[in-house]
This record gives sequence, C-alpha cells and structure tokens, in this order.
Amino acid sequence: MAPFAPRPIPGIAPQMRLSGLEPFTLTKDIPFINVGERTNVTGSAKFRKLITAGDYAAALDVARDQVANGAQVIDINMDEGLIDSKQAMIEFLNLIAAEPDIARVPVMIDSSKWEVIEAGLKCVQGKSIVNSISLKEGEASFLHQARLCRAYGASVVVMAFDEQGQADSRQRKVEICTRAYRILTEEVGFPPEDIIFDPNIFAVATGIEEHNNYGVDFIEATREIVATLPHVHISGGVSNLSFSFRGNEPVREAMHAVFLYHAIQAGMDMGIVNAGQLIVYDAIEPELREACEDVVLNRRPDATDRLLALAERFKGAAGREAKERDLRWREWTVDKRLEHALVNGITEFIVDDTEEARLVAARPLHVIEGPLMAGMNVVGDLFGAGKMFLPQVVKSARVMKQAVAVLLPYMEAEKLAEGGEARQSAGKVLMATVKGDVHDIGKNIVGVVLACNNYEIIDLGVMVPAAKILEVARAEKVDIIGLSGLITPSLDEMVHVASEMQREGMNLPLLIGGATTSRVHTAVKIHPRYDLGQTVYVTDASRAVGVVSNLLSPEARDPYIETIRADYRKVAEAHARSEREKQRLPLERARANRHRADWSAYRPTTPTFLGTRVFDGWDLGDLARYIDWTPFFQTWEMKGVYPKIFDDERQGAAARQLFADAQAMLAQIIAEKWFVPKAVIGFWPAGATGDDIQLFTDESRETPLATLHTLRQQMAKRDGRANMALADFVAPTESGIGDYVGGFVVTAGIEEVAIAERFERANDDYAAILVKALADRFAEAFAERMHERVRKELWGYAAEEAFEPEALIAEPYAGIRPAPGYPAQPDHTEKTTLFDLLDAEAAIGVRLTESFAMWPGSSVSGLYIGHPEAYYFGVAKVERDQVEDYARRKGMSVLEVERWLGPILNYVPKPAEAAE
Amino acid sequence: MSAITALFGEPTPAPDGSEVARALRQAASERILIMDGAMGTEIQTLGLTEEHFRGERFQGCECHLQGNNDLLTLTQPAAIEDIHYRYALAGADILETNTFSSTTIAQADYGMEDAVYELNRDGARLARRAGLRAQDKDGRRRFVAGALGPTNRTASISPDVNNPGYRAVSFDDLRLAYGQQLRGLIDGGTDIVLIETIFDTLNAKAAVFATLEVFAERGITLPVMISGTITDLSGRTLSGQTPTAFWYSLRHARPFSIGLNCALGANAMRPHLAELSGVADTLICAYPNAGLPNEFGAYDESPEEMAAQIAGFARDGLVNIVGGCCGSTPAHIKAIAEAVVGHVPRSGLDTNVQARL
Repeated sequence: MAPFAPRPIPGIAPQMRLSGLEPFTLTKDIPFINVGERTNVTGSAKFRKLITAGDYAAALDVARDQVANGAQVIDINMDEGLIDSKQAMIEFLNLIAAEPDIARVPVMIDSSKWEVIEAGLKCVQGKSIVNSISLKEGEASFLHQARLCRAYGASVVVMAFDEQGQADSRQRKVEICTRAYRILTEEVGFPPEDIIFDPNIFAVATGIEEHNNYGVDFIEATREIVATLPHVHISGGVSNLSFSFRGNEPVREAMHAVFLYHAIQAGMDMGIVNAGQLIVYDAIEPELREACEDVVLNRRPDATDRLLALAERFKGAAGREAKERDLRWREWTVDKRLEHALVNGITEFIVDDTEEARLVAARPLHVIEGPLMAGMNVVGDLFGAGKMFLPQVVKSARVMKQAVAVLLPYMEAEKLAEGGEARQSAGKVLMATVKGDVHDIGKNIVGVVLACNNYEIIDLGVMVPAAKILEVARAEKVDIIGLSGLITPSLDEMVHVASEMQREGMNLPLLIGGATTSRVHTAVKIHPRYDLGQTVYVTDASRAVGVVSNLLSPEARDPYIETIRADYRKVAEAHARSEREKQRLPLERARANRHRADWSAYRPTTPTFLGTRVFDGWDLGDLARYIDWTPFFQTWEMKGVYPKIFDDERQGAAARQLFADAQAMLAQIIAEKWFVPKAVIGFWPAGATGDDIQLFTDESRETPLATLHTLRQQMAKRDGRANMALADFVAPTESGIGDYVGGFVVTAGIEEVAIAERFERANDDYAAILVKALADRFAEAFAERMHERVRKELWGYAAEEAFEPEALIAEPYAGIRPAPGYPAQPDHTEKTTLFDLLDAEAAIGVRLTESFAMWPGSSVSGLYIGHPEAYYFGVAKVERDQVEDYARRKGMSVLEVERWLGPILNYVPKPAEAAE
Repeated sequence: MSAITALFGEPTPAPDGSEVARALRQAASERILIMDGAMGTEIQTLGLTEEHFRGERFQGCECHLQGNNDLLTLTQPAAIEDIHYRYALAGADILETNTFSSTTIAQADYGMEDAVYELNRDGARLARRAGLRAQDKDGRRRFVAGALGPTNRTASISPDVNNPGYRAVSFDDLRLAYGQQLRGLIDGGTDIVLIETIFDTLNAKAAVFATLEVFAERGITLPVMISGTITDLSGRTLSGQTPTAFWYSLRHARPFSIGLNCALGANAMRPHLAELSGVADTLICAYPNAGLPNEFGAYDESPEEMAAQIAGFARDGLVNIVGGCCGSTPAHIKAIAEAVVGHVPRSGLDTNVQARL
C-alpha cells in the first residue's frame, strides 16, 4: 500500500495570537483592540472601592459588563496601596476562570510590581499580555522578566522607560523601544509579534508648556516604531491624556476619540480604553472636536485655553446614551426567566425571580421541583448536546444554589409549622471514588452541583474501600451514597460495594456515576445485587440534583423508584436478549445441543413415487382459493392483515379499491388462462449425516445421489432449547430408519413476463405491477396447494388431513417446506443442488440466475421435510468455525461462503489478503 | 535496588536532543510517524492482582496498590517492557513510557511519592530497552517519549463550588512535580518529552515551564510533544478552551508536535483535530481512543475500524503522527501503521542507527 504523505506544516502569519477560553488574533482587519480598563483599580474608582471592600461578586460583574460591551482583552490592575495586590490579583483571576462569559477573552495582567505579574501568570490558562516590563532597572532585570514571560507563554507590553527614566520626546521613545526590541528578539528569542510597545501617553493641556507636544510625540514615535521594528504593536493608556479635565467626562471622551483617531492612523493598534465609553470621532460636536484636535496635535499656542473655555459648556452634557444590556428577557414569565438565568448563569435577578415564583407556588418546594428543576434539565440537555461546556454548567449550579437559598427559610418554616424539626440541609450525600480508582474530577463536579442545592456533601475522596464507605455512611447517618469511577475495574468494585450494602442490610439509595459507568451496567450488574435499596445511574452532574431530590422526597420517592425499576427491568431484558444474540456457541457445542427427535417412534411413510415428476395443466380457479392476500397488500406497501385491512381508517378505501381491481384481473386471468402454472417435485431416500442430509439414488440407500447442506443455530439457548439445523428433522443414516426428503420448484408460469411487458408498453404500469403481484400470489398458492397434495396424497404421510385453504396460512399441518435463502437455510447456493436434482429448467422452464434468484420471478422452490416435529426456525448469525466447516463440506472456499453468507456472519471477515 | 537498575547499571548519559530532533524531523518529513497504543488496556488483560502490583518490594506496604499501573515499572518490569516491545514490533516509532501518573501529586493517592524518581527513570529505561530490542530485530529506530500526564488535579477549576476562587493545586505545585518527574525521565534516557491528556491547559503550562527549567538546568533541549483532550461534545477541553485557544496557549513551548488524544474515538475527534491542523505551524499528532467504551467499560472498536478512520486523517492531510489511546492494542497499532504508512520499509530510514549503540 502506498503511504500517505505527512501533513505539510502550514505557514502561520506573524500576528499576535492570544487566548482566553477562545482564541483572539490581532489581524490587519482589526485596526484597534480595546483593552477594557474598568477592572483597573488605578483607572476606575468604582472597581477600587469594590476590591478594597472585598466585594468580588460585584467586581466580577464589572468585568462581565466590559466583555459584554465588546472588550476584546480586559486589563486587570490591583496596584492599590491599601490592599495586598498580589493576593487580589490571584483571587480575581481565579474567580474569572470560573466565569466562562468573562474568561472567554484574554486578560492583560497589569501591575508595576513584577511579583504581582508573575503571580497572575500562574493563574491563567490562556495566553495573556503582561503589562508591563521595561529597562527601568537595567538590562539584567529586563532580560530575566522577558524570559519568564516567554516561559509562561505571554505577550508583553514594554514601556518606553530606561535607566534614565520615562521617555517623553519622540526621539527617546524610539531609541528605547529599538533597544528593547533588539534585546527581546536577539537575546531572548521573543517573537516580535508578541511585543507591544507603550511609548507613554502623558497628560496634555496641563498649563505647562513642555507638555503641549506630548500627544504629537506619541503619535510620531508610533509612526516611526511601526515603520522600523517589524510586527510589533503599539499601545497606551489613553485616559492619561485628559488627566487635567477630570470630572468633565464629555470633554475627556472627545479628547480620547480625537487622539485615537490620529494615533491609530499612525499605527497604534491597542489601547487601554473604557470600552463602554468610546465615542466616534465623527459624532463629536464639531466645535469641540476642533478644539480637542488643536490640543492633541499641538496646533496653536492657545489651544489649551480655548478648550478650557469650551469645556464648561459641554460638562454634564453627556449627549450619548449609556449602552444598555439586552434585558428583554426580563419581560418573560417568571418560569422562563428562571430558566434563562440558569442556562446563562445570571445571578443578578435570581433572588427576586425566585421570590416571585415562591409567591405563586403552593409550597416553596414546588419552585425547586418545578421551574428550577426544569431549567436545570435544559442545562443538562444542552450539556449533553455539546452546546454548553463544563465551566458553564458549574455556573448554572451556582445560580441554582442562590435560588434554593431564597426558598430555604420558607421550607424550614413550613416544616416547623407542621411540627417537624428544621434541618440544616436537604440531605446528606456521601461521595466516593471507589477503591482502585483515583479519578475524582467528575465526582467533585457532582458534589459541587449537589452542594449548590443545599445537600450536605461528605466527600471521602479517592480509592475508598467498601468498608470505609459503609462505615462512614452509618456513622454520619447519610441519606444517599454516590459512587464514582473512571476506569473499567471500578465497575466491578461498584458491584462489590452494592453487594456489601445488601449484606449489611442497608437500604440507602446508591448513585452510580463516572465515565465508564452506564445505565445498562447499573441495571444489569449493580441493581440486582442490591434490592434492599435502590441503585440509580446518574448520566452527568447536571442530572444529579433531580435524581437526589426525587429519592429524598417523601412524595416523589416511591413512584420514582417504581419508574427506575421498570426501566432497569426493560434494560436488563433487552440486554439479555442482545447478549444471547451476541453469544455464539462454538460449533461443537451447538451440535452437542442439537434437536433430538424421538426416532424410535418414527416410521417414515414411503412416498408414492421416488425420483421426480412434473405437474401442469393446473386449474387457476382452484389455485386462487389458496391465495394468501396479506402479502399482496404488502407488495403495495400497505401494512395490514387481510381482510381487516379494509376497515383501516387511513388505507381501507384504497385497499378496497386495489382488491376490487385485483379481483377483476384475477377473474380475467382465470377465464382467459393467462398463466400456465407448472411444478416439478421429487422424493428421495435420505438420511442425516451430521449437519448434512444425504440423498440416495434408490431404496437400497447405497449409492449417494446428492448432499443437502444445512446450517446450525449458534446462539446460546436457554431453557433446554436446542440449536437447530434442518438435518435434525431427518432420521440419521446410521439409525437404520429409512427416511425421505422431497424437493420442489413451482412457477406461476413464464407467461407473466410477457404480459407484464405488454402492459408496460401500453404505459399501464399499474396493470403491469398488478399482474406481477398476482403471478407471485399464484406461485405461492401453487406451492401451498402442491404441499397439501404432497402431504395428503403424493407422499401421503397425512392422508387424513382436512384443512380449509384459508386455514393453511397458519401452517397447522405436519412437515415443512423450507426454501434455501430463507431463515432456516440462509444459503442461496443450496438451490443449485435442488435445481439439479429436479432438472427444473428442462422440466418447467425455471432457471437460476448467477446470483441464485429464480427466473421467472413468480416461482417458489424448497425442500419437503415430513417429520411431525419439524418447524420453521431462523439460523441467525453464525461464527467463523461453522463457516469454515461448512465450506469444507460444500467444497467451496471460505471466502466464497463468506460472500454468500455475508449478512449472517457474526464476525468481520478478514479482507482478501493483498499480494505483497 | 530495583532489578532494572542492576540491568542497566549507571544512569543513561543525557540524550543528544538535537540529534533526536534531527532524526525525528527527518523521519517525519518522509512519512507519518506511528505512536504506540494504550498501556492501561494491555495491563488490564494481564489480570494482575494486588499481590502482583505490590511485587516483592512493596509486600509489607499498608496501602492499596492495585490499579497503580505506573508502579508495575518497578514491580513487574518484564511485563511492562513486553508491552512496549509488542507495540514496537507492531510498528510504533514512538514508545510512551509508563509514567502517566508518576508525579508526586498523582502518586499521593497511593502513598508512593517517594518512588517517583525511580518510576520515571526506570519507566524510560524499560521503554528504551524495548525499543533497542526491536531495533536489533528489524533495524528501525524507536524513540522513547517520556509521558507527563495531567495529574488528577486541575489548576484552573475549583473543586469547591462554594469557593470558585479555591484551587486544589497550584502552578508551582505542578511545576515542581513535573520537574521532578522529568529529571527521572531524562536520567532514564528519554528522547522526547510528551505532555499529554491535557484537561486543563494551566496544568500543561506548568509542565512546559518545568520542562524549560530542567532543560536549562541540564543544558539540553529535547523535542516536546503536547497533546490535549477534548472531553465532550462541546468540543472544548475540560477547562473550557477551544482547540485553537488551546494551541495559542501552548505555542510558546515551540513543540515538535501538538495534538489531541483520549476521551474520543477517531471520528468524534476529527473536527477538533481538523481545527488544530489548520492553525498549528508544527506537526500534528493524534492518538484517539478505540471508539467509546461500551456499557461495561470495554472498547469494542476493531483494529480495522479504528485504522480506517485514522487512515482518513492521513488521506486528508491532517496528521503527522498517529497512534492509539484507551482501548487500543498492538493489533490496533499494527492496523493503523499498515493503513497509514503501508508496510514499513525494512531499511532506508535509519542511516545513523549505530550512533545510538
């Protein structure tokens, strides 16, 4: 075989590629990245207050709003003298990691302290940006920090700062950045596209003349750096620019917009900007815009004074609408709102919504069992469908927890009012990863989700022996035990735990979960070992709450368990069935379990003739009485039993019309003798030899005539039933009982073909199909009629039989007429032997095609077997050992036999060996 | 002293990383390389008992050791080496060491932290010796990939919902544990560092960091292979990253290959692999499970079925290195090798074989 070429390594453009949970690439199509600054304690007074007060939940909402407002990267800065910046950075980044709608974007870890930056780098799985490092403390320190940034896998902002101080002039900015670039790319091996220079944005319009050109210095330095240092990016803290206009947001925003407009044109492609407050350059009031432009671009000496004069006018004239979040879902019904909050992990309104739901519910518990569980089921479905991922599910669980917390006091009060004891938790759940297994991530998640729903979790950890589980369960009086495991041997250990619980007389519900566990395994292997309590398989963490609350609810418990038991019964039965299907016996064992007829009591009737005989000139009217009409309707794809099909609501009318047409044509067929049915049948002395039937030329039974080969069932049988083969119905040769076997081919007549063609030529397809369908029915009726004559007269073993033709459909008679290619003998090639014996083509004009179909199509063939115990069975799937044995008996190659028996092979045949 | 130490004498000299990298790159430019298959699945067929796991060395141990597959490196070395050898003969170019859980973090569950260095050193030696034996037999060079597993803790997910900011393991815990593991693997003569089955990219970033540290400390650089795990239908890692985000997070390791393994069968893995293949400017490696486990935890996918799917990866130019994870056997690897690279030529690939002996 020719080898496949290895995949060529694609070239990837040198662009800055960052990631949170999702990737972000700074391509040429993106002129500018907003780095949100609202999670920067130095840039946002609100955020600083939240962090110093330790209100991280509200601080997270600030981050979430930024991302919702379009921040592609969020800047996180905790440089505040009053707090432990390093600890705050770690805490906040860890919290963000649990918020997928925030964590999807990359972060910029922003601090002037290296130790804070490094602590932050140890918390982010994505590729982030370090803000910032510089040459302030010399090359050695710069190199060290740059190498670490590289080892942590981060892009880096480099401030234009060196041993002499911060660069203010254009020239100094360019010099320092060029030096840093050389060190980073040549000594550290830093990819240039991962370098972001911050050439320092300083405040302008401060009243100090030297400051007036700072805007221009930045813009021009940017232009030069981008032109001379390939692939780098330029960033800056834009809000510094307007520092002197603190308190006048409209003017500040106008200054920022004007500055960015020019700086972006020069090559600035990143900036720390409040994403929610960016205004468009063109939307700035023209007078204000011109005044801002004069200041930023230092176009006239009195620019500052003019802007100051204008500023008062615009103060507070915030002419823009605050960007609103999409809150349309707040108008939905309370149930839908709860679902939306659960699916999207929104805690903001959950308390109010839960309270609203409680007020309309009869009991607080109904809110949990109703809308909240319904919402969690949606979460479960979405997770199952791959539309949510785990961190999102954990968030949903947290929303659930808050909702339950609202309801809890009312549930307690309810209980006290009823005279019961208040309890602290909804129930105690013991969780453990079983002995021999160390995987616990799934178990932890289930614990998390249950804990959110006010269940008390006792987590015994991993590798917990059964004895320990039982001991703790008793000591702690737990309500439920949950077992987890990921590796296959854990399945057996779970069975062991269940057996131990049974042995010790426990009756606690037992939950089963983990990657290799399954409903089938639970139903088949664990559940039967523990009938004192109920074992329940839990598909995934999102389902755990539903299962546990059902099991612990006095009302829901019994019906729930009944449903589970019924389900497991069904699963176990289906499994047993398919196992029997799957389990094949070795051929020798199947043979040992063959059907053993009582031959001692069997005296075969001698047929009225031996050899073959042709029958023709049959009365079509007589045959018509033997027609089984049900298959006729099946031909027309109408399902139903004749004659009940006429009463069928949907297809009754059509069936009646079809039947009327058929009857009309049938009358014509009979009257005009369209078909000339013919049959050839034969009887031969026969005896079974193993799985084959040996035919002899005459009663002396000395000269073999032919061998009929049969296949044996290999499925595992129960209740003493045998593994059948057709040979079992023929007396063994060595028994000395002289048995017989017959064979037949009948046809409605070769005329069918010509008649159907005539209708086709006349474009009467309906009549063409109708005549073919009727010819088929005639052939079948003929086979039935012939078989009757064989039993009563020609073989004569049932001379006194008296059934009405309609009754024959149910095959009430003794003996069978199995056909090759049908379930009792699925091998079509056996027809060859039959056709040779009967010389069918010469006798009645029926021949076999190369795929062993009969031509003309309206023909039926088969064997006659007369033993009263004979019945129709299905061989079903066979194993390789039988196929090899069968091939040897038939003198065919295994490959050829496998080709003809393809549909019933219980194994994948080896592909034909390619020549090497 | 373990039996293996006696067999091998002094620690193996540090491998020449640049020579390994050259040889690997050369081979990978000519054909698709073959990784081996599951270790756990093969161990399971041995039906080992607690006694086997303990061996002589841990006979008197208070702990429960059955299921600690890595420990078999010390207690049943011949069995582990035999599995490596059978994979090598089945057509694997790259043999993964039996060190998936050989960190102090993962071994803590068994109380076997003290054995970690030996587990790694001898784990590498066993794979190396099996590879050399196979090379003696057919002349083809095998590479040893020292496996760094994910551990059983996640650095960016809290196990405690009431405290989402909590972490059961820190970056530095992982960094130190991986560093220790890697020193053992290098002393045992590993050719490649394989950071695999990554559920949480932050764990892998700690492994990368530790690798760079140890390389600097030893003055060597070995090829690094990185393989993540897409855990469910959402197409994300357990920690929530998309395949592209995963790659961008680890690209700084400049790995010899990036790829996916475990959790999914080949067909289910394919779209995620295709995404990775489109963005990664390095070699792509895929070693999926042999389908999904059936209800009883066993893997049913036949060698032919699995090989046909992986041949599809190869035909469509998605991969450079392929192999098998859970449920795959030497028969699977043989089928994959035959489906992907044809009957591997007996000679012509290894011009510098002697240098290794």
